[in-house]
Amino acid sequence: MRVVIAEDHALLRDGLIRLLKAHDFDVVEAVDNGPRLVPALVEHRPDVAVVDVRLPPTFTDEGLKAAIEARRQVPGLPVLVLSQYVEQLYARELLTGGGGAVGYLLKDRVSNVAEFVDSVRRVAAGGTAMDPDVIGQLLARNTRDEPIQRLTPREAEVLGLMAEGRSNAAIASALFVTEKAVSKHTNSIFAKLDLPPSEDDNRRVMAVLTYLSSH
Amino acid sequence: MPTSLNTRVAVMPLLARPFVALGLAVLAEIGIAFFVLQVVATPLVIVTVGIPLLLVAIPATRWYANVHRSLIGTLLGVRIPRPYRQANKPGPLRFLRTAASDPATWRDLAWLIVNATLGFVMTLLSAVLFLSMIFYLIYPFLLAVTPDGVFDRPMGGLFHLDHAIKGFYMWPVAGIAFLLWYNFGRPLLTGYAKLSKSLLGPTKAAELNLRVQQLATSRAETVDTQAAELRRIERDLHDGAQARLAALSMTLGLAESMVGRDPDQAQQLLTEARESAGHALSELRDLVRGIHPPVLADRGLDGAVRALALACPINIDITIDLPGRAPAPVESAAYFAIAEALANLVKYSAASTAWVQLTYENEKLHIMVGDDGVGGAEIRPGGGLYGIQRRLAAFDGTLTLVSPTGGPTTVIMELPCESSSLKITPSSGTA
Repeated sequence: MRVVIAEDHALLRDGLIRLLKAHDFDVVEAVDNGPRLVPALVEHRPDVAVVDVRLPPTFTDEGLKAAIEARRQVPGLPVLVLSQYVEQLYARELLTGGGGAVGYLLKDRVSNVAEFVDSVRRVAAGGTAMDPDVIGQLLARNTRDEPIQRLTPREAEVLGLMAEGRSNAAIASALFVTEKAVSKHTNSIFAKLDLPPSEDDNRRVMAVLTYLSSH
Repeated sequence: MPTSLNTRVAVMPLLARPFVALGLAVLAEIGIAFFVLQVVATPLVIVTVGIPLLLVAIPATRWYANVHRSLIGTLLGVRIPRPYRQANKPGPLRFLRTAASDPATWRDLAWLIVNATLGFVMTLLSAVLFLSMIFYLIYPFLLAVTPDGVFDRPMGGLFHLDHAIKGFYMWPVAGIAFLLWYNFGRPLLTGYAKLSKSLLGPTKAAELNLRVQQLATSRAETVDTQAAELRRIERDLHDGAQARLAALSMTLGLAESMVGRDPDQAQQLLTEARESAGHALSELRDLVRGIHPPVLADRGLDGAVRALALACPINIDITIDLPGRAPAPVESAAYFAIAEALANLVKYSAASTAWVQLTYENEKLHIMVGDDGVGGAEIRPGGGLYGIQRRLAAFDGTLTLVSPTGGPTTVIMELPCESSSLKITPSSGTA
């Protein structure tokens, strides 16, 4: 699987390269600044890009902007954005590009190697990987909204995991229940939130996030 | 919803002006009493009787002058600040000493005289022009209803009118009086207001003095706040991330020594170490947010306030109209003020919706945060709003709270900020 990395810290860049190579990724290019990122992505068209939000020359949200720009030029280009902090505003901007195949994770998550690699693969496969912090904020924010309050605690838990981008199977194993139980929960969530059910992981997340952020 | 709360000087109706002028003229003459009181009291200080007398005379004069300051401010639209020095310790003798060395005391006296003479003439003239217009307008009527010889010499014996109809001869004079009043009535009053201001307002030196006092206070507060902030950061780093990293390095050392002998134990230690590193990172993240939120560095006030609103558990309407980015310190102060105001709002207001409005006008950043909650908020020492007020004071900014019991609450903040720096939009490279 071919991957492009954008990270300005040499230590972190080398770490990422090492980590991904150890898990059979082919790192085709690693850039250390924003302006070089878009051409690199457009030229290589990797299976997935792992991008730091803050990059030179502005050291602000250069990486995020470059990722959004690259996705504009190459629709559906899978991008996983890493950041020292997560901001709902940025999560929304990434998602409003449409089409899924995006991820937005705290850099801390990289240290849980298995989960991180799973997230990269999920994004490469066109799925979504949202940081639990983003989802947590979204869920907490809307506690006063009625439809969300109609969910049982278990359903809220399932909704959270679903919004992170996990499949029913992954949710089932995370909660130690059967996959059938999970799909029962999801159906009931969709019913309560008045959303048409769908088998597509990405559309589920989009629906959930759109619902949550529009209120 | 947001409403502009600019204080406006009430525009006085045209016809109220002559009567205000008349009132001011009468007041001006009453002022002589205060002058006499003080002038008599001052030499009597030598025989000590003057001391209690002055203790009455000076405050009385100041009260009288203050009445004029506010009258001139509200009626004539010329704001006159109060120039008096505050004695740094209480006590009647201290008060007298401060008052004696305060130029404002002597300027008040001078004003009493000027007000009773020139000021009297100006206000009275403004009133008389109007009253004489009325007088000459009703002159035919006066001539008709009064016996001969009472009202038949309208210009003070210059000529004589022998018939009521001839009273209409005076109407052109009424016209002239009207024109004079219409053209000069207002300038006379404005002139009076400016004359008063020249003596009742603080001198340049006094103004500077006051400013220096304000700046010294706000600087002391700023230094205090900064020092407290640094102490907090130091403590957080020392007790939090630093301690965790030390523990982490110990755990790693232990794992290193055990990797050969007991791989399972080493594996467990490594997992522990990873979790510990995660905690350290999240503590550092919180600390960084508290110092300067990354989204503020990235996107400026606009984006940062929107991000704040997204994280808020209630719906917030946001209106932002800024020509560019403010200087970093102003941006930061504004951001933390809004964050604190919103945190307060979420905690206490029980509101279901709130709004934030950010505009730039008259070289000032105007921030309003409002809600539809229960109201009754107040600025208490140690409270959140008090903290904002102090922070803003460092920038010459102000915080005003409108929060009647029962709501709604509006927090109005103003931060001076030069337009030149706001219009250039630098994407600050030092984030």
